[in-house]
Amino acid sequence: MSQVIEYSEKVMDHFTNPRNVGEIEEAAGVGTVGNAKCGDIMRMYLDIQDNVIKDAKFKTFGCGAAIATSSMATELLIGKTVEEALKITNKAVMEALDGLPPVKVHCSLLAEEAIHAALWDYAQKNGITIEGLEPPVKDIEEIEEVEET
Amino acid sequence: MIYLDNAATTKVDKEVFEAMEPYFQEFYGNPSSIYTFAGKSKKEIEDARRTVAEFIGAKPKEIYFTSGGSESDNWAIKGAALARQDKGKHIITSKIEHHAILHTCEFLEQQGFEVSYIDVDENGVIKLEELKQAIREDTILISVMFANNEIGTIQPIQEIGEIAHEKGIVFHTDAVQAYGHVPINVDELHIDILSASGHKINGPKGIGIMYLRDSIKIETLIHGGAQERGRRGGTYNTPGIVGFGKATQIAAERMEKRRAHETELRDYLIEQVRKEVPYTKLNGHRTQRLSNNVNFSFRFIEGESLLIMLDRKGIYGSSGSACTSGSLDPSHVLLAIGLPHEIAHGSLRLTLSEDNTKEEMDYVVEQLKEIVDKLRKMSPLYEDFVNQKEGEL
Repeated sequence: MSQVIEYSEKVMDHFTNPRNVGEIEEAAGVGTVGNAKCGDIMRMYLDIQDNVIKDAKFKTFGCGAAIATSSMATELLIGKTVEEALKITNKAVMEALDGLPPVKVHCSLLAEEAIHAALWDYAQKNGITIEGLEPPVKDIEEIEEVEET
Repeated sequence: MIYLDNAATTKVDKEVFEAMEPYFQEFYGNPSSIYTFAGKSKKEIEDARRTVAEFIGAKPKEIYFTSGGSESDNWAIKGAALARQDKGKHIITSKIEHHAILHTCEFLEQQGFEVSYIDVDENGVIKLEELKQAIREDTILISVMFANNEIGTIQPIQEIGEIAHEKGIVFHTDAVQAYGHVPINVDELHIDILSASGHKINGPKGIGIMYLRDSIKIETLIHGGAQERGRRGGTYNTPGIVGFGKATQIAAERMEKRRAHETELRDYLIEQVRKEVPYTKLNGHRTQRLSNNVNFSFRFIEGESLLIMLDRKGIYGSSGSACTSGSLDPSHVLLAIGLPHEIAHGSLRLTLSEDNTKEEMDYVVEQLKEIVDKLRKMSPLYEDFVNQKEGEL
């Protein structure tokens, strides 16, 4: 049934002691991506003041890698401007975690997408346009299809 | 460490190991050789065959040694299909079989055979009416597992055997999880072909058996030498066969005692988990299940994260979650019993042995409670559920 998954120490650290778990009341932006069918849902909350991300929190339903990438993403987000936050890619999240097993790369894509979804929500709420930000896709399978084309 | 993955594999029993040891360095002769040096090996192999035959109510010549459960399943399905294709090309099996059966059936479909996959109910019991309805003029084989490896449900094997035999159809059962755990008599249960494996009963890995009723002819899978009366080539795995025989003997002697102990622990674990962890579902039949199998779904959490957290507490279980295998779909068995994907993802299988204790079960429940709670606090699904519940109040 199960197979051994080899995680880096960093992944294990962020999985077992995840940073910034929780919710932000009246968050500036909230984004939820993924679906329960394929086993991962990530929700990202952002507190944004003067275009700077003051705080980020997450909730994730998913495997160890999904929880670790969410945790790392929130760490990378805090203190960044909105424009800088938009540049956090799945690769950056993976590198910060010292890599992910190949079958888990989709988790990092989900983290990137969760950031975008939360920023999109922030932009919508404030009636602003963030250059380079696309409307979020809801389903991780859609993301993977986009990647391939 | 608390090992709770005995459906995956078991520890080799000390007596089994000691029985095998002389056949590596002392009596290493090829049992097919003519000289007296190989005589003891040859005799031990035939003794093991007799032990196995007696255990399932068969004749010694109906027992074939193989490399394990997967080979036996492959041989049974492919061998029966090829030998009987003149009579028809239709096979019936269930949706919850092991992949050694399902993937073999898919292979045969590519070769022009037709396969009907019968549904199971919410407890994982095969739907007998559907099975009867599926039988056609050209049905040549029915294969239904004795007990399920994931959820532990034991199938109504005798009734399936009767249905098959009334229609003159060959009946195979994958008894890998049941052999040594449940009493089996091939005549009473109308079984024509049966697969079993050594390492599930405290025997060694890499050895199994196929029982084949002597009135049934099937094609050979492993062509080669004259071993096993020319039907399965390959040098005899003497230590493996000796180990299989010994493991069978011990399983037979201790079955009743072991089942009683495991059943008590199983029911205690089920009861405690239900009491201590809310939003939890027991998968598989409550009573018609293997004495050592516990399978739960914990809502709002995912199985792999649960497994890793348990691992860090020294508890070794397994999961039907897709995330452990790298595919997106969770276990076909859990989907077949009607679990939605997100609940199937949050499943945990704990399979006991007679070495486990009640104290261990208490520790497992305590840790499970804490870990499930921690993961739920991280889960957006749980958050939504709680908010929705509060909204309703």
